[in-house]
Amino acid sequence: MILALIAQRVALGILLLLAVSGLIFAGTQILPGDVAQSILGRSATPVALANLRAEMGLNDPADVRYFHWLFSILHGDLGTALTSKLDIATSIKERLWNTLFLAFWAAMISVPVAVTLGLIAVRYRNGPIDKAISGFALASTSVPEFFIGYLLVYFFAVKFQFLPGISMVYEGMPFLDKMKAIALPCMTLTLGILAHMMRMTRAAILNVMQSAYIETAELKGLAAFDIIRRHAFPNAIAPIINVIMLNLAYLVVGVVVIEVIFVYPGMGQYLVDHVAKRDVPVVQAVGLIFAAVYISLNVVADVASILANPRLRHPR
Amino acid sequence: MFRRIPIGALTGLVIATLFFLVAIFAQWIAPYGLGDIAGGVWEPISAKFLFGTDNLGRDLLSRMIYGAQTTILIAVLATLLSFSMGVILGFTAAVVGGWFDMLMSRFVDLLMAIPTLIFGLVVLSVLPSTLVTLILVMGILDATRVYRLSRVIASDLNVMDFVEAAKLRGEGKWWVIFAEILPNALSPLISELGLRFIYAVLFLSALSFLGLGVQPPAADWGGMVKENKDGIVFGIPAALIPAAAIAALAISVNLVADWILNRTTDLKGGRGNG
Amino acid sequence: MVDEIRFLSERVAKGKLSRREFLGRAAVLGVSAVLANNLLAEAAWAEGPVKGGTLRAGLNGGQATDSLDPALIGFDVQFIFSRQWGEQLVELSADQELKPALAEEWGGSKDAKVWTFKIRKGVQFHNGKEMTPTDVLATMERHSDANSKSAVRALLQGIDKIAVDGQNVVFTLKDGNADFPFIMNDLHLVVQPNGGKDNPNEGIGTGPYKVTMNNPGVRLGGEKFANYWRDDRGFADQIEIIVINDGTARGSALQSGQVHMINRVDPKVVELLKRFPDITVRNAPGRSHSYFYCQCDTAPFDNNDLRLALKYAVDREEMVQKILAGYGSVGNDTYVNKLYPLFTEIEQRIYDPDKAAFHYKKSGHTGSLLLQISEVAFPSAVDAAQLYQQSAAKAGISIEVKREPADGYWDSVWGKVPFAGSSGAGRPTQDMFYSLMLQSKAVWNETHFFNDKFDQMLVQARSELDADKRKKLYADMGQLVREEGGAIIPMFADFIDATGPQVGGWVSDGNNQSMNGYALSKCWLQA
Repeated sequence: MILALIAQRVALGILLLLAVSGLIFAGTQILPGDVAQSILGRSATPVALANLRAEMGLNDPADVRYFHWLFSILHGDLGTALTSKLDIATSIKERLWNTLFLAFWAAMISVPVAVTLGLIAVRYRNGPIDKAISGFALASTSVPEFFIGYLLVYFFAVKFQFLPGISMVYEGMPFLDKMKAIALPCMTLTLGILAHMMRMTRAAILNVMQSAYIETAELKGLAAFDIIRRHAFPNAIAPIINVIMLNLAYLVVGVVVIEVIFVYPGMGQYLVDHVAKRDVPVVQAVGLIFAAVYISLNVVADVASILANPRLRHPR
Repeated sequence: MFRRIPIGALTGLVIATLFFLVAIFAQWIAPYGLGDIAGGVWEPISAKFLFGTDNLGRDLLSRMIYGAQTTILIAVLATLLSFSMGVILGFTAAVVGGWFDMLMSRFVDLLMAIPTLIFGLVVLSVLPSTLVTLILVMGILDATRVYRLSRVIASDLNVMDFVEAAKLRGEGKWWVIFAEILPNALSPLISELGLRFIYAVLFLSALSFLGLGVQPPAADWGGMVKENKDGIVFGIPAALIPAAAIAALAISVNLVADWILNRTTDLKGGRGNG
Repeated sequence: MVDEIRFLSERVAKGKLSRREFLGRAAVLGVSAVLANNLLAEAAWAEGPVKGGTLRAGLNGGQATDSLDPALIGFDVQFIFSRQWGEQLVELSADQELKPALAEEWGGSKDAKVWTFKIRKGVQFHNGKEMTPTDVLATMERHSDANSKSAVRALLQGIDKIAVDGQNVVFTLKDGNADFPFIMNDLHLVVQPNGGKDNPNEGIGTGPYKVTMNNPGVRLGGEKFANYWRDDRGFADQIEIIVINDGTARGSALQSGQVHMINRVDPKVVELLKRFPDITVRNAPGRSHSYFYCQCDTAPFDNNDLRLALKYAVDREEMVQKILAGYGSVGNDTYVNKLYPLFTEIEQRIYDPDKAAFHYKKSGHTGSLLLQISEVAFPSAVDAAQLYQQSAAKAGISIEVKREPADGYWDSVWGKVPFAGSSGAGRPTQDMFYSLMLQSKAVWNETHFFNDKFDQMLVQARSELDADKRKKLYADMGQLVREEGGAIIPMFADFIDATGPQVGGWVSDGNNQSMNGYALSKCWLQA
């Protein structure tokens, strides 16, 4: 039963991915301007434009190009960037790795910290500790990310100079250097997403804490932390996982601003550059990868919710 | 009832009210016009310019006051839109279930699977950039997030005994949604509302970062942080002031939200937390 | 006095006096900062450049989409990188004179119709092959071909035929052009093996550095080409460009020592940057101009009184002070300034709300004018538009500023709407510039300036060999554009770069940013 449900979710995810590819393609079609115009920029003359368009196959109908692309992608070929003429798969591999590297470490720090802080906040709810945690988390979430980023750069890179202000990473870089390079963006991201997860943990558990069975547990004389850990947390896990997944997805697909500030060679910047140049194959490839990341995280969240709530396993 | 307001919530309430009042009466309070160039670039704080001047030599205090108007108006409207859409659709999907749930959820997934940035870029560069478009785009994008959360909460509640009981009593779907599920889902939703409001403010500033925000010389607070960001690494405070204002607004709104959250649990007859 | 300052500069070069102290003393002696800096560079040269090391630049203007094809150079990083691996036939010196590069010498016929370039022998491409006149010919063919997408194609259209004659390449033009050799200096005309016809993106040229790393929009790098033909550049063993498009990040990278030089310093932060003792700000007055244009054939801008009103309504001094923080000079609506070889001073137009109001009233226009602008039009363009809005309002002219998204501005706004922001880098000669921007048939005639008299004078000046007569013609053309053209040009911006403590050999060059793109090759790392 559960397996069938999971299989159903996965299948749906794949279908969704296909639909997204079409939607992204359509989206890129209605963007004003085209790749030829953007490559040549102001130096474009009508003749040069026409020549470049012909060379890039922009004169084929949109559906022909779409299916051609879809067909190649199923064969594992992402094609060549129209603008830089570099192989897309190679470029993406490195950048995707960078993005995942940063997202992984930001998540490794922020998720446990957020959940723990949430648990502590519930344990000492409405006391000074709860207020301090909430206040700090709120403050860190409430200012624009680029502001936190610049502030960290100002203190750590310019004033005291013990962390690099720009995060150059490259293949074959020693692990410790790499960690040092991503320290500041990682900190910025952590501060940015902490509060959301922390607050949801707190709210979801508080919600459960009002149930009768918690009172029973309390009457049994269990310690406050034990109640939270053994009774409240497992029952509050569905919304918590959902919020965590939302934030993980954000770490992968939504960090363009951070990449700009720290000059981090990730997917976001790569995508924005190519959107600006109307380099359709790249935009689609990246869009598809983003969508895939997002959809698989969602499938994970769905499945986790199903597993966590026994009643959901048997929908009527 | 007001005697029971804890000090934190009171502070939040006072600050938030102050911001809202400033926003409403901006035209009468601001010492200088929105775009008036009154002094030199990045002048320090003085009696003439209480907050100093910005990157063009405009009075920062006046810009902050007008900025409050823009920021709060857009953020409030976008948040209201996203919540009413997200909650209603999310609850309906959870209660009705079946094909409606399926269709809505997949559609939302579809919308969410496309990076927000591309979505924003496409929509805002095709549609005319007016306040209405901005609010609609922000509201709809945010509604997908609210939808997901409400649906999860509601479907959790939907299988609870008291909801089952109500259904067995033969109550209609709308009654189940508004009388049974909504009151019990309020606390996570209100906590989310506070955060969504901040995110609306921050999303607005991210749009300004991309040049898609409000039209100059008007600026939201996030946009003002961006206008003055070049000074940050040199210790110029002009960017700090709007950033601090965003933080103050966000924290006070959430302090109030927390308080309401506690009050609603009181009303619900659960064990009081305060 | 000059002796004293020279003596002091040598002491700096030997490391016995700090740069700061030197500049302080120079100021006391009444020596201008530009001269003092150049003296310093000279003294450093006399000490001899230091070889070795890796010179790093943090540069604005690179995208993940950049290709290495010189025909498609459009942005800062592509341009600066091409300067390191490739070369043209001729080079432009800091005082705007043509100097030999891949061509040893050149000369024109009396009617300026036939131009002969003698190609240098013994120059090697990075792939080991010798550079020949045939490669030069192929390069010119590729860029001037009817199917070419090269940005320089428009300038090469005056060529009738090109031929190789022994070690010479001979250009025969359709009409005489006294400035033809300047065209050969165009940054796109990098000589490639077989003209790049086989693979334009391979990045093989004759420059001092071989391309070793091409990660567009992120990092680009080169190593010293062992068989490079001259020894006045290419001192570092390796060069590296790190693309940093965010101005604040560029500044902090320089401050923290992660890069040795940066380009495009925001004028607003120059004074702040100068507070750091290790950092030197390098500004050079240039030909690049930031402006607003309106289309002369589109209502309401087809009324010259309205155009004049708009020209009088801009506060040029304020723009230079507020937008450029003083690092620039006021414009006079003629597109050219004193860096052009045949420049004639014309009376400076100043901010005059009364005159503006007078012409505005005469034009009969009412209601507000929509000015479309984007941050990419030029640095701080949106701010400049707001200043313009304010100064025009004082003359009773209402301008509505609309900020367009940066993305797609040059495609769907610039040139398509009647009143918008724009910018240009200028060209080494008036002829090149006017041919591209103001001739009726010009490819970038954004102002829709169609003036027969102007076109006539342009053609006449091109083949006029008498310098005085040419100068007069260009002065008249400038006057015509100033009175009737569609461009409101408030300012010329300096190129502002900055270097860290270790960089030696920097000289001021206003032809383009980053020492006309040569900084990475011509500077070195001091021990």
